[in-house]
Amino acid sequence: MWMKGLFNRRRVLNWFLGGSTFAWMGSVMYPVLRFLMPPPEQEASVSAVKAATLTEMAPNSGKVFKFGRKPALIVRQPDGTFRAFLAKCTHLDCTVQYREDKERIWCACHDGFYDLNGTNVSGPPPRPLDALEVHMQGDDVYVTRKS
Amino acid sequence: MSTSPANPKRALLAWVKDRYPVSKFVEWGKHKTVPIGPGAFWYYFGGITLFLFLIQVGTGILLMFYYKGSADTAFASVRFISAKVPFGWLVRSVHAWAANLMILAACVHMFSVFFMRAYRKPRELTWVSGIALLGILFGFGFSGYLLPWNELAFFATKVGTDIIGVIPYVGDPIMYVLRGGEDVSGSTLPRFFALHVALFPALLTMLIAGHLFFIQMQGIHEPDAWKAHPEQRKTMPFFPHFFMRELLLWLITLNIVAVLAVFFPAELGIEADPFSPAPAGIKPEWYFLATFEFLKYMPAHVGPMEGEELGLLIISAGFLLWCFVPWIDRGRSRLMTNIVMVAGVAIIVFLAIMTYLGHTS
Repeated sequence: MWMKGLFNRRRVLNWFLGGSTFAWMGSVMYPVLRFLMPPPEQEASVSAVKAATLTEMAPNSGKVFKFGRKPALIVRQPDGTFRAFLAKCTHLDCTVQYREDKERIWCACHDGFYDLNGTNVSGPPPRPLDALEVHMQGDDVYVTRKS
Repeated sequence: MSTSPANPKRALLAWVKDRYPVSKFVEWGKHKTVPIGPGAFWYYFGGITLFLFLIQVGTGILLMFYYKGSADTAFASVRFISAKVPFGWLVRSVHAWAANLMILAACVHMFSVFFMRAYRKPRELTWVSGIALLGILFGFGFSGYLLPWNELAFFATKVGTDIIGVIPYVGDPIMYVLRGGEDVSGSTLPRFFALHVALFPALLTMLIAGHLFFIQMQGIHEPDAWKAHPEQRKTMPFFPHFFMRELLLWLITLNIVAVLAVFFPAELGIEADPFSPAPAGIKPEWYFLATFEFLKYMPAHVGPMEGEELGLLIISAGFLLWCFVPWIDRGRSRLMTNIVMVAGVAIIVFLAIMTYLGHTS
């Protein structure tokens, strides 16, 4: 008896029509959603970028430079050594800069600070900055990804 | 059956009447009334929002004649509109000011509906569709802000889209689709342009139609006291009494927009450079300032969560509660009504303080 209720003609037809509608909507929506999702960009094969020269940057100064497609920050510390990081704030993605008066890295968007190791020290940033490696070649300062 | 009357001036009307049920609409218009009472002034704000939207459509179409929506050309084309095109500065300024006033008028409309408790049965869907409309207006503001491709807008968009990325599971794909890649870049601009001039106008038009349809079906909310004391009921005909008053307010609104646009024209700032640091003093538009400021006060971590995640969770929960107000306060419990009304005042105070702090910081 219950089998009859489950498989009567109207019910089967309704299932068939409903299923077809879903399948049709899926076949329309899938290409639309895939279209909206841009294909992954090839990560620029950056091995080393010349970020600065020794003479260009005085101690206690910073500079944003292009690291492939991303902005990066090179800092010449007060002792004359260099540190480099991806310049993307870990809070909400703003581009950070070096504050000479505080000797710290600063995000202007929400007043977040990082020390010169890239560690988040005050404000809302939840994580340290992504560090890069610095190599000296004569007068030139090269930056590479961390190996 | 019917023939044109002898008076040739009425021939066109007779021609239309012969084909369409015009008399029914006229009859309906004659009987439509609007309540008169202490809160009657607030009824006009829905219409003012609609009028400002019509200004946006007009000026938006004009701006599209010159605007070039790509990262290489957008800033220069807006500068060209502002500096070279005759009255370009005015059209752009009117578009910018009317946008801000439209959101302000929509907020006033929403809070007036809230405090008149006009969201209650049977107007739940009018309330929800109104909130959806306000959401789309925010979408308009957010997408339009980026279009001049200036520095402030660039970083505001970075922050705004990153906030969306915080939403668990679906946030990252939505952010990726909105940005057209991992970062805000030249790929983001055409997407925002498409949202601003195609998708949002289409959605808004449909929702406005629905919102107005609900209002026409159910009539305008009348004060609760009239149920107990029908003899106090006072109304005015929608046409021409309310209609002409609304038109007068539209004229005043147009004048306010014109004065603001002339004396405080929209600024352009400097062109966005994805490889420059975020400038000091970066702020979103005023209607996002409260959220922006609130997120600033969240600590980096709260228990296992990141501060921004918790902040967004609190905002989302508050928004959901706001949507469900008609089902929370059904008018059956005086205590619940009082709680909801106090919560409404608290929300306004909170938004005002956060906006003020965001503005002055």
